[in-house]
Amino acid sequence: MAGEYIPLLVAVPLAGAFFCALAARKSGVLADTIGTLIVALVLALSIYAVVSPPSTHAVGGWPAPLGILLVMDGLASLMLLVVSLVAFLVMIYSLSYMNAYSGRWQFHTLFLLMLAGMNGVVITGDLFNLFVFLEVASLASYALVAFGTGKHELEAAFKYAVMGSLGSLLLLLGIAFLYGYTGTLNMAHMAERLGELGVAPITVAALVLLLSGFALKAAIVPFHSWLPDAHPSAPAPISAMLSGVLIKSLGVYTIARLVFNVYGASPDLLNLLLVLGAVSMGIGVILALRQWDMKRLLAYHSVSQVGYMILGFGLGSPLGILGGLFHLFNHSIFKSLLFLNSGALEQATGTRNLKEMGGLSGRMPTTSWTTLSASMSISGVPPFSGFWSKLIIVMACVEQGRWFYGAWAILVSVLTLASFLKVTKFAFLGKLGKGFENVREVPWPMRFGMVVLALLCIVGGLMLVPEVKEMVLTPAVRVLDHGILTLGEVVRL
Amino acid sequence: MARNDGEAGMTLVVKTVTRLTVGLIFLYGIYIVLNGHLSPGGGFAGGVIIALSFINLFLAFGAKKTFEIIRKDAVTALESVGAVLFLGIALLGFIDGGFFSNFLPQGELFSLVSGGAIPLSNIAICIKVGAGIFGMFLALVAFRGSEREGK
Repeated sequence: MAGEYIPLLVAVPLAGAFFCALAARKSGVLADTIGTLIVALVLALSIYAVVSPPSTHAVGGWPAPLGILLVMDGLASLMLLVVSLVAFLVMIYSLSYMNAYSGRWQFHTLFLLMLAGMNGVVITGDLFNLFVFLEVASLASYALVAFGTGKHELEAAFKYAVMGSLGSLLLLLGIAFLYGYTGTLNMAHMAERLGELGVAPITVAALVLLLSGFALKAAIVPFHSWLPDAHPSAPAPISAMLSGVLIKSLGVYTIARLVFNVYGASPDLLNLLLVLGAVSMGIGVILALRQWDMKRLLAYHSVSQVGYMILGFGLGSPLGILGGLFHLFNHSIFKSLLFLNSGALEQATGTRNLKEMGGLSGRMPTTSWTTLSASMSISGVPPFSGFWSKLIIVMACVEQGRWFYGAWAILVSVLTLASFLKVTKFAFLGKLGKGFENVREVPWPMRFGMVVLALLCIVGGLMLVPEVKEMVLTPAVRVLDHGILTLGEVVRL
Repeated sequence: MARNDGEAGMTLVVKTVTRLTVGLIFLYGIYIVLNGHLSPGGGFAGGVIIALSFINLFLAFGAKKTFEIIRKDAVTALESVGAVLFLGIALLGFIDGGFFSNFLPQGELFSLVSGGAIPLSNIAICIKVGAGIFGMFLALVAFRGSEREGK
């Protein structure tokens, strides 16, 4: 079997988490080293997953509908690449950033647990197993949001935990309904059985529950209220992970799987996604416009940008799905970069309020140009990566004659640009703010993470070069566009 | 809470009853773990029962006596060790087939030594869950203690 390496993607970070906890008794540096090496190993495994052909692995040797089947198809390998790439760069950044906090080994342990959970969600082919990994990642993230243990952090973490648990509860109920109706938990087998049994009230109820639960994890409007509190309260590397990859692997990816691979994309379902995506885009960006707290502004933009991905999926055409997935990739790069930048600014100046900053481009040149490249990317300015993915989404809208959605995407993009021009103007241009005469650029591990992500923002458009696209994006598009695969087809992958 | 003069913990009655029962509770936990592959129960349930025996001890005799038996940092270390052991057993499955494969001889059905790697996994889970639950209890007690000092 070719898929023997698949379980390692969960086992390695999970083992790393507990080894970090053990090693921290001896020395903190050892825990740092183990953490970084583990994440590097996960990145290497993900790259291997992208270049190797699709495969599956039956856990414990139990055949598919009975046991848990781990499925490494094009979509899973794309998501893994996104998650581990961002995780690796964030890890290096945090080596220096987390000096400001006590209990670094707890940070590493929780970080690796969250990574194991996200990887698990992505590679599993079993709906209940997906729920378990989703909970592992969510629980780790609740603790990470509260990591600063200040009043605001605890309040935000509590709100996040309540909302997140509510989402998980809806998911569990939805999964139970589907299991009761189809008698199976394997996603491919479930899709097959749903096709045989047909639509019933209970499948619709399950769909509503599952969509609400996953939308809560993805922070799609109207399920977004926890995100602007939770994401800014976490330490900057964790904000980057939460906004950059957690909402995508737990929310956007799962919605795509559910809609395309389990239920099958019906026109009604796709229209629902279109509306949800468009509403999310609009409301997210309007709420972001009037924020002065930099991290809160970024968090609202996450709500808005997730809307783009959902809109792309909602179009249902190969071009739309490509746009959605490519935007997912790009967003995880530039949004995590923006959060890392905000962390650098906060560490250097001691504030997140844009009104108090100013003129920092001379003092912090690296932070300044990396922020600029990420801002241009998220606003869809050519030739940055965000431009290409937004262009594909708009083209896909036009291709289907959905002019309104295309125009809406462009309008939201203009508002995004306005919002980020505000960030650039108030943080980096103009007169140097009071008391910032001695502000210094941040240490090299933080700069390294930011520079690599900024370069990825600049050259991200190269993902559309046919050779790279064939390897990374096209297999993922094919998985979603193909729709329902039977269990037999999945096992033969 | 009625206190015994000068001594930590609860009254003589509680202490005596605890002294008589705590060993039995502990043994019962071990029994549940070792028979996990034959009868209802297993690593999780047994681990909880073992943790309860320590919590019982803590409530009746106080922190000092309990930490003479098991140190606080040993509890947190055991938690990680249990998880690593469990994962290690899962990875050893690669010897024969793959992740979580049962790589040991399965033995005779319904005898105590049977089931291959399952009893070992149960023991690992028991260490993880037992240490985890007792650790959570200790964390909550420490939190309440610090709250009271704050007042």
